[in-house]
Parts: sequence; C-alpha cells; structure tokens
Amino acid sequence: MDFSDTTEEAAFRMEARAWLDANATPKAHPNQTWASVLEDKTRDNIVRLCKEFQSRRHADGWACLHWPKEYGGRGCTAIERVIYGQEESRYIVPRGVVEIGQGMAGPILMKYATADQKARYLPPMATGEEIWCQIFSEASAGSDLAGLRMAATKDGDADDADWILDGEKIWTSGAHYSDFGITIARSDGAVAKHKGLTFFFIDMKSPGISIAPIRQISGSSHFNSVRFDNVRVPDAQRLGAVGEGWKVALATLMNERVSVGEAPGPDFEQIFALAQTVELNDRPAIENQMVRSKLAHWYCETAGLKNTRMRSVSALSRGETPGPENSITKLVSATKAQDIARFGADLMDQCAVITDPDLVLGDGRFQQSYMQSPAMRIAGGTDEILRNIIAEHVLKLPSEPRADKGLAFSEIPTGNVAGETGP
Amino acid sequence: MNFDFSPEQELLRDQARSFLAANCGAPLARKLLDGNVAAGDDLYRQMAELGWIGTGVPEEYGGFGAGGLELCVLAEELGRGLAPAPIATATYLAIPLLLLAGSEAQKRKYLTPLVGGELTVTIAVNEGPRNATPRNVATMAENNLITGVKYPVADGARADLALVLCADQGGGSFYLVALNEPGVVREDIPAQDPSRPQAKVSFDGAQGKAVGKPGEGWALLAKIYDHAAVLYAFEQMGGAHAALDQACDYARARFAFGRAIGSYQGVKHKLADMYVAATLAKSNCYYAAWALSTDAAELPLAAATARVSATKAFDMCASENIQIHGGMGCTWEVDCHLYYRRARSLAVNIGSNLVWEEKLVRALETRPEEAA
Repeated sequence: MDFSDTTEEAAFRMEARAWLDANATPKAHPNQTWASVLEDKTRDNIVRLCKEFQSRRHADGWACLHWPKEYGGRGCTAIERVIYGQEESRYIVPRGVVEIGQGMAGPILMKYATADQKARYLPPMATGEEIWCQIFSEASAGSDLAGLRMAATKDGDADDADWILDGEKIWTSGAHYSDFGITIARSDGAVAKHKGLTFFFIDMKSPGISIAPIRQISGSSHFNSVRFDNVRVPDAQRLGAVGEGWKVALATLMNERVSVGEAPGPDFEQIFALAQTVELNDRPAIENQMVRSKLAHWYCETAGLKNTRMRSVSALSRGETPGPENSITKLVSATKAQDIARFGADLMDQCAVITDPDLVLGDGRFQQSYMQSPAMRIAGGTDEILRNIIAEHVLKLPSEPRADKGLAFSEIPTGNVAGETGP
Repeated sequence: MNFDFSPEQELLRDQARSFLAANCGAPLARKLLDGNVAAGDDLYRQMAELGWIGTGVPEEYGGFGAGGLELCVLAEELGRGLAPAPIATATYLAIPLLLLAGSEAQKRKYLTPLVGGELTVTIAVNEGPRNATPRNVATMAENNLITGVKYPVADGARADLALVLCADQGGGSFYLVALNEPGVVREDIPAQDPSRPQAKVSFDGAQGKAVGKPGEGWALLAKIYDHAAVLYAFEQMGGAHAALDQACDYARARFAFGRAIGSYQGVKHKLADMYVAATLAKSNCYYAAWALSTDAAELPLAAATARVSATKAFDMCASENIQIHGGMGCTWEVDCHLYYRRARSLAVNIGSNLVWEEKLVRALETRPEEAA
C-alpha cells in the first residue's frame, strides 16, 4: 500500500496544479466555498463568472476532461479526472452552471445525435457559451421516474413529423439560464410504463415553455418547474428510437447518482470545533462523554467515506472499474449532515434559534444545513431508493413485486396524488 | 497510488480462506462449544506449519519477516473463518510484545518455538471485574516471583507461556511466566464465546522473567494495543462480512407470504445498512493497515477509527443476522450465534468501544494542526 502517484500521475498533477495556480485563488481553509467569497450573489453574476471560467478552461485545454478531444474535451483517463478534482478542490473555483450539460447531456448527444448535431452543439457546450439543463422529473414521477406523464404527440402521420410536448416538469436546475435541455416524454400510453417513452433535446426558447422557480424550505430557489404548452419539437431532435427513451435516460441517471456525491454543510471538523468552543453543564462540551461518543461516531463515518473513495480511486489508478463501495457515499453523508446540523444546534443551546451569521456560532451554517440537508436525502436517489440499489445490485437480493408489472401505462393505478391526470 | 493489498497478499488471502473453510469455521467452533477444549490444537499446529504464527517475526527468529499487511489479511480471514485457535492472542498481542520489549536472549530462546507452534503464549492483564487500569492491577513481582490472580486470560488454561502485567515501579512491568511450572494454578472459566476460551490464572510465587524495562509495562501495553487494534479490527470486519453473507443467503432462500423475505424492503434495507457499516469498517481498516505497515504517526488515530468502526459493524451484522433468520436464528443448530458470540468477545477483549471511542477523540485532540 502506498499513496504516491505513478510518474505519469505525478506529471499530470503538477500540470493541473500549475494551471490552477495561474487561474484560480487557493482556498484560505479547506471548507471555504466559492459562494462564501462571492460579493455579487445574483444569478446573472454567477452564470457570467461560470461561463468566463469555463471559457478560460477551454482555451487552455482543461475543459470537459472526460470528453474526447474532437468535441473540445481533454480525453482524460478516469484517474486523471480524480487527480484534477483533488487539485481543484484546493482552489476557489466558480461552479454550478456548466456541469449538468457537460456531465449528462454531452455524453447522450455523443451517443445518439447525428454528426451534424454533434458538430453544432458539443463545442459551444464545452466552451460554456451554451448551457444545457436536464428536464426529467414530474410531480407525480419522482423515484418512479418511468411513471412520467408529459405527452409527446406526433403532429401528423409523416415519419419525420414534428412532436408536440404537453405537460409539467419539476426539479430542473438552471432552466432559466439554459439554452437547451434534454427531456423525456410519454409517446405511447397504451404500452408498458418503460416502453412508451421517447427522449428529446429542446431549445429552451421554444414557444410554449414557461419556467417558474420553486422556493425550497431553505428559502433558496435552486430548482424550477418547467411547463410545456404545445411545444413543437422537430423529429430530428429525438435522441434514440421512439419508445426507447428509458434506455437513453438510464445512462444519464447513473451519471447523476455518481455526481451528486457528498452532502455539503458543516461536517466533522466543524462540529468538532464547535464542541471545543461551547460549554455544557458549566464544563467545556468536549469533556462530555456523550459528546465525545458522537464525535467518534461521525469521525468514523467521515474517515470511512474518505477511505472508501480512496479504494475506488486506487482501482481507477490500476485501470480497473471501482467496486460497488461508492454507492454508500450519499446515503451516509446526507443523514450525517442532517444529524450534525441538529446536534450543532443542540450544542449552541438557546442561541441556536438565531440564523444571523454575525450573531450565532459557526456563521449560521449549522442552521442553514438543517434546512438544506432534508433535500440531500432525496436528490439524486432517496435514502430508500439507494438502499434498494445496494440490496438489489450489490447484495443480489430479489426486487419487490411491482403492482404495475405487465400493465399498459394507462391501466396503472395512480392513487390520489398531485399530477394525477391520465395521459 | 495503490490503496489495496498486493497480488501476493491476495494470494495469501485465497490460501487462508480455503484452508480455514476446510479446517475451521463453524464445525470446529462447535467442538469447542461442546467442551472439547483440545479441538483447536491441531489447527494451531497446521497454522504454524503454514507460517502464519511467524508472519510478522523477523527471519533471524524463525519467522517470515513479512510486514503488518500480511497479518491484516490473515486477521480478516480468521474473522471470516471463525478461527478458534489462540492465534489472535499470540500474533496480535504476545509475540509483538516480545518483539518490542524482549531482550535479545529472550527473543532467541522463545520466538523460534513460538513461531513453530511448539510453544503457545498469551497475555495476562485483567484482574476481575474492574477495568484494566493501573489502579486495578495488584499482581506483584518480588525478586522475579509473581503473586496475584488474573482473569479473564484468553487461552490461559492451555497456553505454555504468559506475559503477565505486574504492578510495580509505578508504570507496571511485564514478566514472562511459564504456566506449566510450580506456583501457577489455572482453571477454565465459562465464557460467552467458548470458541475463544478464557481462564483464571493464579500465581503464588511463580518464577518470572522481566520483559522490558521496569515501569514501562502500561506504556508497552498501550503501544501493543494500538497495533493489536488494527488486527482485531480486521478480524471483526471479516466476521461482519461473513455474518452479512449468511444473512443475505438466508434472505434470498427463505420465503414468507409467497416470496423471498429479501424482497421486502423491511429486510433488504436492514441488509443494506449492514453492508454500509461493513464497508465503512473495511475502508477504515485499510487505512489503519497502511498506518500499521508504515509505522505512521497517524497509527493511534487510524487504529482507534478502524477498531470503533469494526466493532460497530460486527455487532450490527451479527445481531441483525439473527433477526433476519427469525426464530431459527435463536437455535443452537443454526450458526448465527457463533458470530454473535464472537462479535461480543472481540468487541471487549482489548477494551470496549467506550474505551476506544475515548482513545479516538483523544487522538483527534492531540493531532498536529495541519492534519485537521
């Protein structure tokens, strides 16, 4: 066992570090975020800075590390991406605007689009000139995404007739500032759930698209609902065959589950520092055995996730596919973030009711995380879905019988929930 | 980077796993449960022939001079295979203590027969119900004559030698005592995990030889415990995975209400949580193995982290394995209780999680600034 790079890895690391040194500011401390140093936090400014940074990346050959060079990427190996990520995590870097397109839409276009479409859309996605979003979920189709209801209807009988999209999507990040989006809709309600779906990419300026922000319990609005009223989409923008949309979507979803990663918010080091700061029963809280036991538990989880990641990186470094161990990351970290936020408030005692960063310990981040962490336990696969995935894919346990198996989509029971209108 | 075991170490694992599956596992553990105290003797000799006892012992003393990583691989497999033999006490604790503190003459005299399996050795620290701290150890050594009562002593009724912690010189001192000599009386005591037998050993003027400097006994023990915690953690992690495997096998095969119980989320989510605990423990064990094999400054923190994670994982997997087996899991015939017993005996043998959580946090409080 050793943690040192191979000669090639070390050379790549130095190259990445040199570029970052020339183009970004090192973090003052490991948990410093871009958001915390940003003065103008308006959306327009965030988008502008992200596009600018992406353009610089592209000019110097550091854009879309995993993409082939012909589309404007760098053609890196998996281990090189990890190394770049390790290096970049030590710098303040604008992020959050270009990633969904480059991570999810780009690879789908590479696989399913025509040569002309790839030449038209991929290079501006790589430079950050054009932003893409992903428009999948619906209010009544969350974990059961294949139960989505947005209708895709052909306008006429011609093979290449346009499609008309009608329905409402939800949880779309960046819909407002995106130029294009990838989406999936039901083209046939008379066949089984997974078989009646078709995949498209759309121009977000198409007539009939209306976007509204969703206000979350944290007060912020990272997501939107996107309404489609008679939105006309050329058949050329269909990706994959009619009725094969689920297969196309699955590839992007696997990317999402990998990319969601660890929950943000105060982690072990912050709760440890807080316990060393506050008092409990007239003694430093850190001297309390219950506090120490909880700290030990969270340290074990934090170290366990870090070391699990190292095992996967090690497999990548050998050119192998990592094992299933990383499937635990989000499941463990989201609940840990929520528990730490809650216990941080307990340690602050009565003052924990305050959210003003200037008046409360920890800059208000524990209070913020308390409101953000519930969403982390749901986004990109709920705790329950992740446990199903571990149990069924890793431990090879049988799946639960499905009440919708073998039924045409239109025959599937829906219950009395939001969005229940037949296709 | 390579945060994994080498192909040679994986070969050792394969060899150990198939050897233990053929010669050990539940059938042997059950013989010990049924009172056949000598049932593990053959296995121990075979392990010695395979070179396992001397894995971490330098070649000049008859060992193989391998590093800590090979011992970690073996420990994981001993846990998976429910190995009953006194190999853990000898290879994790007593032999490392002799290597660390024994005189050159002592190493020359004892290590070769220990490595060859002709002699067995244990360590005697505890003196009854109060936890093992300097205040609670009263065994005395006067002119190398040892007097006091030690229990529980792992494998104490059958071992040839014991390293006995005595209360002298303030910091305590270790003495090597031949347990077959006059002045030593020992008896088996009923143990929760009879496949890891425990004894009460009474010393009444027994002849001992000092190991290490007078007064450094407790400091030596702390150092050896950091070393042993990594190996016990590997053994616990191996046991956790074995219990998880048994639970998954059963959940796939057992039907209720017309379908496999593993298809119910109430059962499969429990199994997923067991997998999470076992995976966190495994990853923390790997880091501790690296710290052990490089004698890194992080060893105390890494060892405590692995130990705490692995204790929780084995406890959880062993308990929930019974739960998933339902009523049958509570019967003597089904093997679940073998892991359940082993989980508890391993959880407390070098200090419980209450002790190791405290060590973990203390290590965090004293770590250098840049490590945070």
